[in-house]
Amino acid sequence: MSNKIGIIDYGLCNLLNVKNAIKYLGANAEIIDTPESIKNQSHIILPGVGAFKNGMRGLIIRNLVDSIKNHVLDDKPFLGICLGMQMMLNKSYEYGEIEGLNLVDGEVIKIPNRNSANKKHKIPHIGWNEIKYQNNKIKKISNHKSVYFVHSYMANCKDKENVIATTDYNGVKIEAMINKKNAYGCQFHPEKSGDAGLDILNNFINL
Amino acid sequence: MSVNTRLISRLDVKGPNLIKGVHLEGLRVIGDPNEYALRYYNQGVDEIIYMDTVASLYGRNNLHEIVQKTANNVYVPITVGGGIRSIDDVKLLLRCGAEKVAVNTAAVKRPELITEISRKFGSQCMVLSIEAKKKKDGKWEVYTENGRQSTGVDVIEWALEAEKREAGEVLLTSVDNEGTKKGFDYDLIKKITNILSIPVIVSGGMGELSHLEAASEVCKLDAVAMADVLHYDRLTIGQIREFCVSKNISVREYVK
Repeated sequence: MSNKIGIIDYGLCNLLNVKNAIKYLGANAEIIDTPESIKNQSHIILPGVGAFKNGMRGLIIRNLVDSIKNHVLDDKPFLGICLGMQMMLNKSYEYGEIEGLNLVDGEVIKIPNRNSANKKHKIPHIGWNEIKYQNNKIKKISNHKSVYFVHSYMANCKDKENVIATTDYNGVKIEAMINKKNAYGCQFHPEKSGDAGLDILNNFINL
Repeated sequence: MSVNTRLISRLDVKGPNLIKGVHLEGLRVIGDPNEYALRYYNQGVDEIIYMDTVASLYGRNNLHEIVQKTANNVYVPITVGGGIRSIDDVKLLLRCGAEKVAVNTAAVKRPELITEISRKFGSQCMVLSIEAKKKKDGKWEVYTENGRQSTGVDVIEWALEAEKREAGEVLLTSVDNEGTKKGFDYDLIKKITNILSIPVIVSGGMGELSHLEAASEVCKLDAVAMADVLHYDRLTIGQIREFCVSKNISVREYVK
């Protein structure tokens, strides 16, 4: 396989898990942290744990923002995971209003702490939830539908066409996967979701 | 759809060994932690917690290698606790493959650490570990250093303060019930799960399936950490999951 998969290191998160998962799937991923190395990849993955502000700062100080945008503009496969997905949007309100990568129109908002019955429920949303796929842009989706979520903020895409999977958290609809052209985002952690997540990663690296 | 109760295996580690004690003391060697973690993953466990039981004594967490090894073949979240006292400690463990950290002693000494970790890595990464021991007056006291050190701090007040300081989750261990197989401290888990609006992982005392049912009757169970019952092979995750389904405790649908 000639695909070159790069995982972007911006100083915060657990890259090892994603790298291990890719390796498990029989491919190789390189950890990258320079604009030049992004140019050499066919696929890039932007993982994420942490606060939006720190994530964007990590990308900015490493001068990675433009090369990520160019990768996506060139229509090369891109996958944002958790915070990495949230950073694909225009802005977030986590600890102030912070600009994102503007790859997909929308914003990142706090998960409402009341459910559909107007009862208080727990934030962060942590745990395994089933996801529903709106349409079939990613093929061969796994049968094991539950995946692992851990987040306090959620995406709110402007154009719901960009939302390709959702989950239901006590009646709050959460955008679980987003997509625009070849750029994908998962709010959940495919690298931490057992076989279901590994299937999704496998679909991505074979795009 | 409400949120599934997470079934978590808790692995207490001393040096290279998975161990198990009673009231967090009198530790007995069980085996290789990595092998056990993999076994539970293959059974469909939802999460893994690694606790370095002697970390506070040595002043640092020594689980990096074990975590790194587990992260090679276990694709569910790993929480690591024991001896974590700084942002750098957290960073190192995350880089080894941990998803979250559980902090007890250092947070009691310096509560600001909770906010610092939460702001830096996101609140979902910051699990406050509370070791609770019942007092004669019916309240609970916070213990540190793996159940060895009393603090005079009230568990309920501390849990509320930790939430205010942006902890993302609480790992609540009953020191009295831990390792006894006699069931959870139901009063404690009821009180804490009711007052907090962040998830609570209940830990300490799970000996048989009926204990899960009893726990789910007193509160909405976010997550259960189990050790003994799994390590000694009395139950598998699959059996526990089946039981939960039969008692209408919602759990992740797991298809092997």
